[in-house]
Amino acid sequence: MLNHRSDTSFPFPVKVSLLSSSLFLGLFFFLPLILVFGVSLASRGMYGGITWIATWENYQRVFDPLVGVIFFRSLFLAGLTTLICAVVGFPLAYCLSRASKPWQLILLTLVMIPFWTNFLVRTYAWVLILRADGILNSLLIGLGLLDEPLSLLFTDLSVFVGLVYGYLPFMVLPLVVAIERIPPQLEDAAFDLYASRGRMFRHVLLPLSTPGFLAGGVLVFIPSLGAFITPYLLGGGQNMMLGTFIQQEFLVARDWPFGSALSFGLMGTVLLLLWFLLGRMSVEKEPS
Amino acid sequence: MNESVVLDKVTKTHGLVKAVDHVSLSIQNGEFFSVLGPSGSGKTTILRLIAGLDRPDQGDIVIQQRVVTLDPPHKRPVNMVFQHYALFPHLSVFENVAFGLRMKGEPQALTQKAVSDMLALVRLQGKEKRLPGQLSGGEQQRVALARALVNRPIVLLLDEPLAALDQQLRQEMQGELKRLQREVKATFICVTHQQDEALMLSDRIAVMKGGKVLQVGTPQEIYDCPVSSTVAQFIGLSNVLSGTIASSEDGLCRVEHEVLSPVKVVCSPHDSLQGAVTVMIRPERVHVSSDMSANGYDNMFPAVVHQVVFSGNEVVYHVRLRDESIWIARVPIAEAQARPLTVGQPVYVQWRAQEGLILPAHSAPC
Repeated sequence: MLNHRSDTSFPFPVKVSLLSSSLFLGLFFFLPLILVFGVSLASRGMYGGITWIATWENYQRVFDPLVGVIFFRSLFLAGLTTLICAVVGFPLAYCLSRASKPWQLILLTLVMIPFWTNFLVRTYAWVLILRADGILNSLLIGLGLLDEPLSLLFTDLSVFVGLVYGYLPFMVLPLVVAIERIPPQLEDAAFDLYASRGRMFRHVLLPLSTPGFLAGGVLVFIPSLGAFITPYLLGGGQNMMLGTFIQQEFLVARDWPFGSALSFGLMGTVLLLLWFLLGRMSVEKEPS
Repeated sequence: MNESVVLDKVTKTHGLVKAVDHVSLSIQNGEFFSVLGPSGSGKTTILRLIAGLDRPDQGDIVIQQRVVTLDPPHKRPVNMVFQHYALFPHLSVFENVAFGLRMKGEPQALTQKAVSDMLALVRLQGKEKRLPGQLSGGEQQRVALARALVNRPIVLLLDEPLAALDQQLRQEMQGELKRLQREVKATFICVTHQQDEALMLSDRIAVMKGGKVLQVGTPQEIYDCPVSSTVAQFIGLSNVLSGTIASSEDGLCRVEHEVLSPVKVVCSPHDSLQGAVTVMIRPERVHVSSDMSANGYDNMFPAVVHQVVFSGNEVVYHVRLRDESIWIARVPIAEAQARPLTVGQPVYVQWRAQEGLILPAHSAPC
């Protein structure tokens, strides 16, 4: 039984705000979720509509080998994106956290500036850079390094570049927070105790930045896994990721039930990974 | 001489500030040497220069007859106990202490034994598996000491080692530091802003201010014969009186003050003091009483009791002189209770000519 103490223990204004936020979440988050779940159990109608005949068939189709290919490509690209964001993000985050106050402000602003522009516009900018007669190819040919333009756009590489570009700040910011909490004295102590730079990083900075890596990893991995604008614009039709695939099921194939089942499959995967990660984190926290 | 550490005209600038300004020091083997100074006097920079965490702009650092000025920290036979200890929060007590040996690549068995022995020496057996966050301040301090000493440094550097501890623990750790130094036979160089700590622990003290060393000497020398009023004031609360020398004969100077009556102070003939001087009298040498009948005092000022502070075995009187300056007198509790004084009471401050210390007003090293 739940206790009913909560009815009386909150003052009125708190109750109102709790109620309004619950209402908002219920109406705009939970209800649509239930709707999508309902649709995922329905069947596709003849002309793309929904026929309310309950079936598990959509979930069986999720395990189709073709979906598997897209799923594992997404997993691979999202994992690689997270890894590269971590590798590229750490030095940047380190400089940011150890910079003097005015520099820190300038550098943080530089990291944040891209957010002032629409994500779609920024992704289109990459199309301009990467396409056959784009900036990068013109530059390389102009410098005489290339005779023929490279086909960069609409490859896994271009999707990957776009993802790293888009989600790097989500890795950098949690890392900055984590590194700022590491007193610089600990680095001095490691040097004083005969550590080289590499070993200081390996034995002091890296383990103490773990919370930042975990938070950043989650923030980069989850949206990369479900990303759809980037693979859609930079991957073209052929290099599909789960996000683009789901979008196609809804809008192109007009198979809402299957799209809904795919969405739930993606959500399940993410929840499973998070659960695993949180489990590992709590194990690490326990004193030996 | 068997010098352990020598600094030769070392200068280090942080931005526009000269943190350390032409400092020369020579520290003997096995010495407990303290660098005493207010915060911002450059004393921590001296430790960082010896440890190799900072490089001097000018000058040389010699450890055990070897010039190490440009050597990185891991090539110096020196270890440091950091302010606030800088223990690795993610490593157990054992791993913290073992860190240096592991980085040096010592064999596992040797590391195991050395760490256990060192933890026994600092009395931390049974806490090997704890994390630093689970230890008390005193225990963290011992881990920091063990972590440095386990590497058998020739010189141990201590940055405000006792500052984070409460009064009782501090006294305990002072004894502990002396004991450890006897047992490991290393040179200890300790930075502190607490004069009582420096006086109690050290074989010799360097007093620093503004990046310069003002005086180097044994605690006794520095306490009894400070070279300047700055040192005198820093080494213990002193009562100060600025004036000019009016006459000087038979080793007795007459110093005149703008407001107060002239005072007599013993001064050695070879001091050849002239003009503006500072006269200092230590709080425990000042006699305060409600009547002027006490004998044998050469100087006397009327004053008013401003504040009475009990501090255990003595009473500290703050009295206001005619020139509005506050003097401090420490009186043993028995004496104070025999003739109690209250705030606002007019009193007489008296002292003997030989107990005053006369120094040039503008400090110049002797």
